[in-house]
Amino acid sequence: MSGQAVGGHTVSGHALLPADPAGAREYRETVERIRAGSPQAAADELRRVSREVRRSVVEMIDRAGMGHIGGDLSVTDILVTCFYGLLDVDPTRPKLPGRDRFVLSKGHCAAALYSTLAHCGFFHRAELATFLAPLSALNGHPNRMKVPGVETNTGALGHGFPVATGCALAAQLDGAAWRTVVVLGDGELQEGSNWEAAMTAAHHGLSSLTAVVDRNRLQQGARTEDTTRLEPLGAKWEGFGWEVRDVDGHDHLALLEAMSRSDTGKPVAVIANTVKGKGVSFMEDRVEWHHKVPSAEQVEAALAELAR
Amino acid sequence: MTEFDCRKDFAAELVALARQDERIVAVCNDSVGSSNLGGFREEFPRRLVNVGIAEQDLVGVAAGLANAGKIPFVCAAAPFLTGRALEQIKADVAYSEAHVVLCGQSPGMAYGELGPTHHSIEDLSWVRAVAGLDVIVPADPVQTRAAVRWAAASGRPSYLRVPRFKVPAVTPADAPFAPRRAVLLRSGDDVTLIAIGSLTSRALEAAERLGAAGVSARVLNLPFLDPLDEEAVVAAARETGGIVTAEEATISGGLGAAVASIVVTRHPCPMRILGVPRVFAPTGDTRFLLDHFGLSADGIVAAARELLGHG
Repeated sequence: MSGQAVGGHTVSGHALLPADPAGAREYRETVERIRAGSPQAAADELRRVSREVRRSVVEMIDRAGMGHIGGDLSVTDILVTCFYGLLDVDPTRPKLPGRDRFVLSKGHCAAALYSTLAHCGFFHRAELATFLAPLSALNGHPNRMKVPGVETNTGALGHGFPVATGCALAAQLDGAAWRTVVVLGDGELQEGSNWEAAMTAAHHGLSSLTAVVDRNRLQQGARTEDTTRLEPLGAKWEGFGWEVRDVDGHDHLALLEAMSRSDTGKPVAVIANTVKGKGVSFMEDRVEWHHKVPSAEQVEAALAELAR
Repeated sequence: MTEFDCRKDFAAELVALARQDERIVAVCNDSVGSSNLGGFREEFPRRLVNVGIAEQDLVGVAAGLANAGKIPFVCAAAPFLTGRALEQIKADVAYSEAHVVLCGQSPGMAYGELGPTHHSIEDLSWVRAVAGLDVIVPADPVQTRAAVRWAAASGRPSYLRVPRFKVPAVTPADAPFAPRRAVLLRSGDDVTLIAIGSLTSRALEAAERLGAAGVSARVLNLPFLDPLDEEAVVAAARETGGIVTAEEATISGGLGAAVASIVVTRHPCPMRILGVPRVFAPTGDTRFLLDHFGLSADGIVAAARELLGHG
């Protein structure tokens, strides 16, 4: 598609992807079941959606021949818990002023985000097949001008957290009730900009802000602790003035509880202990699966494991 | 001639706008004093967000505020705003199309003796390389006030270079202030002087001296460096004997480079590009440094005469 001139600058002809009304209806029904049902029923639903999202991720990366599969699989349960269990968003009206804001700061896990957003009906699931294809709206890192549900363009690490802090500050200024959730990679915390934002959020008492750390303990090249040590990570957040909650990042109900609102007046950091490559045995906790692409046989094996 | 510190006009206009539009917020990095935001803080204490000395956070927070419907004016010394937070400017503001007004305070060599760490001669090259960002370089109080109003209403990301070095008023009452609109400050046929910001009044002075010596110099000012008035540049190339550009910035990628790329592709003509060469400035106050690099009426006259073969 050719570009067009807008305000003197050439931009891509793509507009925001349209919503999938049927998908959004299904999402609303699922959300109702999860939020009104028994804990066991909620956990079952969340696990089911997570399984579907993980399968989409494997299929997307298989088709595209590229992607960050390890982190996608570690962050999936966090994404699904947020969108299905927690956030107040309307996939058919993604720009509603009073919506909750969700920021995936570890933007390289775009496949997991796209898959989750498509399952919610922000856009049609068929669009997932275009992941990384020329001129697709689904770039390797999310673009808010093309993908509904994306609040800011991430990809360069250390960017989402300050932006989420600005969102929460605006809500505080307006006395608005909506909340902001930002999901950070653990390796990403080596970027200093995160700690600038951590100070700002604590200073302003942004209790409507929740930062979830996908603590899978691996970064691109090695273990975080063998690269530049993050531990004691909880103490770091506490020292910066945050309330810290430590949970199993694959336990949806534990995540939900950890992301509940705080009454301490402090922002909340959820350290979600996860496994990189979660759900596919031969990828789990292995550094090479940061962005390795599975072979056809491996895809088949992965999808079989994720069907269970 | 009366000279003005445009930061006062910037701050006064921002306060006036904030009275009319509650979406306007100021975001700063411990720069209330240097950005002249004391009055804003007094009147709108909650709408002044001071993130402390943390420029990456500064720009990211502003993008978040814009996401939630605010119109943030980020006020920080230009070298730190553009140098430290360039990736935030690119990703969080420009690429995300966040309506944030990035106000680079005390640009160029305004901090004189404080040296190259505090000089911002690279800012124009850096921000010009970022897609989707309007680049505004006011030359005097009138343009500074117009820039604040324009940027608040544009709905687009912009970089506004707020002068600190005192300048005389140069803008005629009926001058345009819009993207792609040059301001014609003086008509002439022999040579064209194109200047921005603090060099504008110096170009006018040079044109007067050239006029006294029988050389008719046109003077153009480009308050919008991006998107700039391409047709005015092409007309200058076609109608006069050549173009001299002058800016308080590095010659790598600023006004001179922008004009040259139009000239060579559309109507080649002789050019001279005045700015800071690729060196770090020695110790000296702003006036000394401008003169040192030939960014003076004398320097512009000499470049024009040399271009015309009168050297």
